Amino acid sequence: MSSPPTVVRAPRLDDYAAILGHPEINELRALAHRLAGRRVRMVNSTAVGGGVAEILNGQVPLMEELGVPTKWEVITGGDAFFAVTKAFHNALHGEPYDGRPEWLDIFLATNEENRRRMQFDEDFVVIHDPQPIALVDARDGSRGRWVWRCHIDLSHPNAQVWDFLRPFVERYDAAIFSSPSFTHDLPIPQYLFFPTIDPLADKNRDLEPELIDQVFERFGIDRKRPVITQVSRFDRLKDPVGVVKAYRIVRKYDDCQLVLAGGGASDDPEGEAVLREVQEAAQGDPDVHILNLPPWSHLEINALQRGSTIVLQKSLREGFGLTVSEALWKKKPVVASAVGGIPSQVIHKLTGMLVHSVEGAAYQIRFLLSNPDFARRLGDYGYEHVKENFLITSKLKRYLLLCLILQQGS
Amino acid sequence: MKQAKEPFQFMAASYLVRIRRERAKTLADMARFLRTCSEASIFYHTFQSLESHHYSAFSSDFAQWILAACNEAALAERLATVDLREYVSLDALRSTLAAMVEEHIQENPAAADRPAFEPFHFCESTDVTVPLDRQAMNLAELAEGIRSLGLQSLHYHFITSRLRLRLVTNDFSHWIAYSLGWPELASQLNRTDFHTNTLEGVRAELLQTIEPWVSR
Repeated sequence: MSSPPTVVRAPRLDDYAAILGHPEINELRALAHRLAGRRVRMVNSTAVGGGVAEILNGQVPLMEELGVPTKWEVITGGDAFFAVTKAFHNALHGEPYDGRPEWLDIFLATNEENRRRMQFDEDFVVIHDPQPIALVDARDGSRGRWVWRCHIDLSHPNAQVWDFLRPFVERYDAAIFSSPSFTHDLPIPQYLFFPTIDPLADKNRDLEPELIDQVFERFGIDRKRPVITQVSRFDRLKDPVGVVKAYRIVRKYDDCQLVLAGGGASDDPEGEAVLREVQEAAQGDPDVHILNLPPWSHLEINALQRGSTIVLQKSLREGFGLTVSEALWKKKPVVASAVGGIPSQVIHKLTGMLVHSVEGAAYQIRFLLSNPDFARRLGDYGYEHVKENFLITSKLKRYLLLCLILQQGS
Repeated sequence: MKQAKEPFQFMAASYLVRIRRERAKTLADMARFLRTCSEASIFYHTFQSLESHHYSAFSSDFAQWILAACNEAALAERLATVDLREYVSLDALRSTLAAMVEEHIQENPAAADRPAFEPFHFCESTDVTVPLDRQAMNLAELAEGIRSLGLQSLHYHFITSRLRLRLVTNDFSHWIAYSLGWPELASQLNRTDFHTNTLEGVRAELLQTIEPWVSR
């Protein structure tokens, strides 16, 4: 297992020019120049683990390099608070909610404690996801423009939780969603931002073939036989048990292996319980590799994706599902559920295969194993699709534009 | 090398997608919203979508939805083949599209209220343009500028320009015709088919057309 990360040089804008060309980078600089040093603050609920922390880790230094000073702050909260926000998270994805009335008090009290601790004197404040949403109480005394960035699938929210959160959302100047289907009839402007990946991060950069071999060897995975991989934290909404069921169907026809690689984010108390459920479902099958990896295992994840035959993302609900873009960037054929933001990334039969059930996932895996040329073409198109839409530089541009538009509005 | 009367000013153009409240769940909804949605929505789902559809069957979002979510292939084909190069006004384009859907519903009443597989979410783009530190005074400089434009900026100068100018032309052709005095080249450039090409393909074709004229 690799060690916690040491400090390495973060990618700079010019490093991305090799992938995107200089014109796109020059235009980012021209847009940033228009903001003339205006300052941004980003607030979320975890510094490590989970897609949001990963996004901010890559984005904040680049905003700074563009001359837009950007401060990233993480709210603090106890176990009770994160248990409540996990219940909110599941409920907003449409799961049942049977919270007690004091849960709302815990949620509000923690937000209030954080509000008192933080200063908001930036020009733009971006609050990520529901956990810190009530920080908007601080906007009355601040001069900045406030934006709520929602990373989760709000298309079928539990009404009780959404009715509680909605008044907070309405107090922002704008909201950002990952898909039009996540939006609601709100009185504020709603913008579409696709989440993005960083092609130069350890999780996505090119790897030497020897390193990929080493990682597979270390985990005891046989590269001579097909490898089906799902990379996700151990969360019921990612349906890891459904993945094992799909694998069992495929195994009737193909001698393949399954890799379930993930971990638990620091704001996800359910992770360990789900991990146990998956281990039980695997029933000690030596060809099912359940890898509970620490959050800094980016190179291992990268190698597992690159060395896999097919990458699977069989989520039941999904915010966007960045692991899909990660796999497409590596030119991998992807089989993924048609939920959340996944259909934006997987155009059925062109950049991957969309499925709606365990049986569907198994069928498409079998189809791709039997048709490697078609699988290769999906991977090639998928790479181009990500390059055009889902790289970190596109996200930078969207934030710069939003700041400029909000600035004009004020 | 021939010098222009006025410089060509290159712009960096970018847009942000704003999601509107209108959601069409049937063809009848679509017909109604096509008449009432903002012009910015019409623009986004036709002109703007040209930039992003390399893989789907049609470059018009409306056509794509009518094919994939309503299963009305004939209507989808009609909408998809509306030649955007002929339109200099979004209102005129709106009328054409809405009339096609209304006509189809009239001929196929059962299609009007059949639920679509998924709703169509109307969006619109909010544009931001910033002048770049680059001007052209001759064709060589114009070619160099085209080479160094980002894709959204190329889209702005070559495709959306006709709505800004309200002329069946583009920024490059307009400048070549009136500032450089070469209407023949202007017309050749304007024939580049952006409808069935990627933006990188358009860029390559523009440069190929300009190249023989640079040394004149």
